[in-house]
Amino acid sequence: MRWVNRHPKKGERILLGALPVAVLLIAYLIVAAQRHADNPFDKILPLPGAMGQAMSALMFQADQLTGQVTFWADTLASLYRLGLGLGIATLTALVVSLVLGVLPPVRATFGPLVTGIAVIPPIALLPILFIALGLGETAKVALIAIGVAPVMIRDIAAYIAALPAEQVIKAQTLGASSWQIMIRVALPQAMPRLIHAVRLALGPAWVFLISAEAIAADVGLGYRIFLVRRYLSMDVILPYVAWIALLAILMDWALALTSRKAFPWAEGQGR
Amino acid sequence: MSAAPILSLQNVWVEYGDKIVLEKVDLDILPGSFVSIVGPSGAGKSSLLRVILGQERPTRGVIELDGQPLAPECGPDRGVVFQRYSVFPHLSALGNVMFGLECEQAPFSARLFGGARKAARDRAEAMLVAVGLADSMHQYPAQLSGGMQQRLAIAQALIKRPRILLLDEPFGALDPGIRADMHVLIQQLWSDYALTIIMVTHDIREAFTLGTRVLALDKRRHDPHAPHRFGATAVYDLTLNKKSNPEAPEKPAVLEIAKTQENA
Repeated sequence: MRWVNRHPKKGERILLGALPVAVLLIAYLIVAAQRHADNPFDKILPLPGAMGQAMSALMFQADQLTGQVTFWADTLASLYRLGLGLGIATLTALVVSLVLGVLPPVRATFGPLVTGIAVIPPIALLPILFIALGLGETAKVALIAIGVAPVMIRDIAAYIAALPAEQVIKAQTLGASSWQIMIRVALPQAMPRLIHAVRLALGPAWVFLISAEAIAADVGLGYRIFLVRRYLSMDVILPYVAWIALLAILMDWALALTSRKAFPWAEGQGR
Repeated sequence: MSAAPILSLQNVWVEYGDKIVLEKVDLDILPGSFVSIVGPSGAGKSSLLRVILGQERPTRGVIELDGQPLAPECGPDRGVVFQRYSVFPHLSALGNVMFGLECEQAPFSARLFGGARKAARDRAEAMLVAVGLADSMHQYPAQLSGGMQQRLAIAQALIKRPRILLLDEPFGALDPGIRADMHVLIQQLWSDYALTIIMVTHDIREAFTLGTRVLALDKRRHDPHAPHRFGATAVYDLTLNKKSNPEAPEKPAVLEIAKTQENA
């Protein structure tokens, strides 16, 4: 049988998907054990026990200086920044791309500006944001929002502009105004695409979050990683990275589920 | 032609750059007629429909609806059914039909609540029953077959009671059997709702089966060195007498006329 025709069943798929992960974990354990056999104080590839110890201190004991449980304080701070940044970006993208996508004069006026902003590397704006907004939360949230919004705007505006012209004509023959076409024809059809865009924006948003936290912060997942780097604390860095990956996967999965449940009409429309 | 025309085109030209698509189209359409427009590809059938619809502005000439010059914009006085993409994929069948009523009655929210919603819903349901979609009211267009989607598109247009219903190859993508069902339906609706219909079609047979008047668009003159410099116009305009019975025996005779004129 040709490989293009071999479709694994559901159980097989889970097994196959878990296989590379298991292989990587086992390979790590073997190499780490070898290094520890050579040097019991090796810090580069910590064993699970060491990671557990380091993490339980961060997860269950309040820090003496701040009085907060470090791990959860870091998680909350990072999620707050990420959520606020992404939320602002999503809302902006939705409103701006609706207007750009439906109204040709607005597209002609602001389309080039959006394209121009979108090609600026957001990290290059970080110094400007720190200078203009200070080193507090605002600059970090702004970096995420400015970093992901233009790409989302371009994607969704192009998607809305590409809706079949027949639909817009038909809506007009049914008496719809420009406003009604925006909220009843374009907006609902843009929603699944918007969620898709947020899913794709999650990756860059994390990059901007960690970058901003690495440069100026006193709490946050990215801050912690860059702080303990000075002590070669791989026993903290590795679990933190795994935790970030898990959070990202959960968010992606939740967004995909929302899209499927909330927009059943979009099922099976190749998008 | 005693009654006043519902739609009147006077000296209408459509040009794209130096390409002339339609030239000097003069046309009066009487209320209650079913006009089929046929012609070869590129003869401007769809351009003519777009101009009447208001999707495009004619380069020259005047179009009057009920004696009033037509705004160069689509409006609820002219309903339309396209070959595809005529219904909104994100609304159920019922939602698609209610859309026109909601836009009219709720300018800001475009949604109705309470008693107004109930009334609109009742009207939309009655319309869906009339086109034979009583069992599919809550399905999304993607769940409907091609023929059912066209039924839905017709219901959606008719709920606004347009002065004219424009059909752009509405049955072109359907199987022959389904197409025959749709012919029965549109003929039924045409007489029940006293509609005025203009239909563009590729199918000559369909044009004569349904229409009370058949217009053939083509170029009168042809310049082999600059084929784009002459536009198409109505070269044949046949009125068929079959008001009472669509299966009347004059059909073959009419086809005869078409044939002789083709040879002429």
